[in-house]
Amino acid sequence: MRITGAEAIIESLKRENVEVVFGYPGGAVLTLYDALYKADFHHILTRHEQGAVHAADGYARATGKVGVCMATSGPGATNLVTGIATAYMDSIPIVAFTGQVAVSLIGRDSFQEADIRGITTPVTKHNYLVKKVEDLPRVIKEAFYIARSGRPGPVVVDVAKDVFAATLEYEYPESVNLRGYRPIFEGDQTAIHQALEAMTEAHRPLVFIGGGVTLANMAREVTELLDLTGFPVTSSLMGLGTVPDDHPQHLGMVGMHGTYAANIATTECDLLIGVGVRFDDRVTGLLAEFASQAKVVHFDIDPAEINKNVLSDIRVVGDLRWSIPALLTKAANRKSEDWRAKIENWSQQVQAWSEENPLVYERRSDVIMPQTVIEKVSELTGGDAVIVTDVGQHQMWTAQYYRFKNPRSFLTSGGLGTMGYGLPSAIGAQMGKPDKTVFLFAGDGGIMMNCQEIATAANNNLPIKVIIMNNQVLGMVAQWQRMFYEGRLAHTSLKGHTDFVKLAEAMGATGLRVSKPEELEETLKKALEIPGPVFIDVLVPATEHVLPMVPPGARLDQIIMGGE
Amino acid sequence: MKHTLAVLVENRPGVLTHISGLISRRAFNIESIAAGYTEEPDTTRITVVVEADEIELEQVVNQLSKLVDIIKITKLTVGDSIHRELALIKVKASSENRSNVVDIVDIFRAKIVDVNRETMVIELTGEENKIDALCEVLKDYGIIEIVRTGKVALSRGPIPAKEL
Repeated sequence: MRITGAEAIIESLKRENVEVVFGYPGGAVLTLYDALYKADFHHILTRHEQGAVHAADGYARATGKVGVCMATSGPGATNLVTGIATAYMDSIPIVAFTGQVAVSLIGRDSFQEADIRGITTPVTKHNYLVKKVEDLPRVIKEAFYIARSGRPGPVVVDVAKDVFAATLEYEYPESVNLRGYRPIFEGDQTAIHQALEAMTEAHRPLVFIGGGVTLANMAREVTELLDLTGFPVTSSLMGLGTVPDDHPQHLGMVGMHGTYAANIATTECDLLIGVGVRFDDRVTGLLAEFASQAKVVHFDIDPAEINKNVLSDIRVVGDLRWSIPALLTKAANRKSEDWRAKIENWSQQVQAWSEENPLVYERRSDVIMPQTVIEKVSELTGGDAVIVTDVGQHQMWTAQYYRFKNPRSFLTSGGLGTMGYGLPSAIGAQMGKPDKTVFLFAGDGGIMMNCQEIATAANNNLPIKVIIMNNQVLGMVAQWQRMFYEGRLAHTSLKGHTDFVKLAEAMGATGLRVSKPEELEETLKKALEIPGPVFIDVLVPATEHVLPMVPPGARLDQIIMGGE
Repeated sequence: MKHTLAVLVENRPGVLTHISGLISRRAFNIESIAAGYTEEPDTTRITVVVEADEIELEQVVNQLSKLVDIIKITKLTVGDSIHRELALIKVKASSENRSNVVDIVDIFRAKIVDVNRETMVIELTGEENKIDALCEVLKDYGIIEIVRTGKVALSRGPIPAKEL
């Protein structure tokens, strides 16, 4: 059939089973938007392009499908960059369509021209500039394939304005043929043998899981492996939710704000089994001393992750959907009792570390403690909600105090640490999971970086519940200023006249405020009963610190503990 | 240590930017980079020389391999492959010292490709240290400008890099 480039994009989106796109129109994409309109394709108009890309990201994280966003050329496209980089760092599959000026105008500093391909090259898995309409079906097919296969990631498809209007004989390719892109699925069997041997020999083993387990949908298999072997487990921020927090072997999060047990176990273990992790500096602390007694086994799909930060003794390169079931099958040849018997002392030891040094905070009765808010939401939702955070103290407290039960229930900007991520991501998550309760925890700093999306949530009547932990300060930065800059609070005070209740109401959402501990629970319950988006301004003390903390550059066992 | 990589890529716009961008942002050092067409019209071959230890080299290769437009990367070691660079050197050569320069050119088996009253342009193909040596000797006469292609390399024996 003979159709326009714009129609070809929409047709291709349908072939890729795309149900919704997030975007913002503009000059270069007028033809594309006209086609969306005519096709009545489901499109969510955000109030800023950054909102669109984070929404696509949240949608992808919550559902496991590819998130799609659209923006016009120049400033529209550059406004996507932070969101693309956010998705890139956390390996989230999104396809971003951007308009480009007409082919004849490219390279002439034309109105609203930006070299978005050049700009996004370091933060995309791949990107395209389409100047010929005949290339569109192949490029879109490849873009979705690249975004979702192997180690997932964002792909940008930049389309010159005249390509949208030009016509082509449309045929969507059945398959892709990329000489330079053949994602590894199955790896080397002998590596699995070696891993199993190391597991059999270990006296003090520790499993360390990350976001890769969620991306590969291997949560159940990893949990089975833990159930079989009795090995203790710790998680990166991105791995939370993979193994339920109430699993008896789960020591909690490792790293800068990790638990005592997780950090000490990492320091003391003689075998560290990293699964879908990239040994980020927030996890390792002082790299040279990280897990220094341990043999390291690294399971990952990306060969470039092996030996990037931590040198591994055994590398199992391949899709976790291959390696974990293969390992599980082999490990099951040995009885659970036998696995457990060998590490009995170690199991007791880590259990003791957990019990003797749990996460603690001062439970004041005169103010609402931020940690209590998270514990209350955890209780009320039974761990069954989709939890989204922004970035900062509240994010770490959520990681520490929310009791996660399910994979894809914790959406957070881990690698890039993007303030402003939360609200649009929650919108995307709610679009993808209409039947789930979506809670967003944000700070009074981060919520302002994309607060325009309150309008998007309200106009689409999305029932997201937003908790603004209002401490009148950029909490995490202030914490570092108090700890490492002699308390000079340079430009971190947010004291002023911002009224979040009015802000929510001004855009058509419900605003609530709570400052008394005894009113917290009923306010949360009330928010759950109110249809549509609810923003709760929760007044919390300004001076609370996220603890425990391993100071930057310190060893994982050099922990500043929390106090009661 | 210096390592030579033969990188086969799709002949598409922007590929060279992808490669050089990745190498620089991962903080690896490129010594030289040379690109050109190959026996297959849709394939470009890029010879990259990087300064790296073994672990860094593994990272360079693994990171580059992730680029969708990169088809194949082969490490070429000195013993098993031929390494060449081409240099054009414009040197001062007046009537008094011209014959001395010509002698040097002969010794190095270089070629004189342009002559006028005051200067000569010398062309030399060879390994890097040979070109360095010629440049060093010619310094005494006054070098006006030098251009070097960067290294290209090809494996010895019948097997092409794409099959190594």
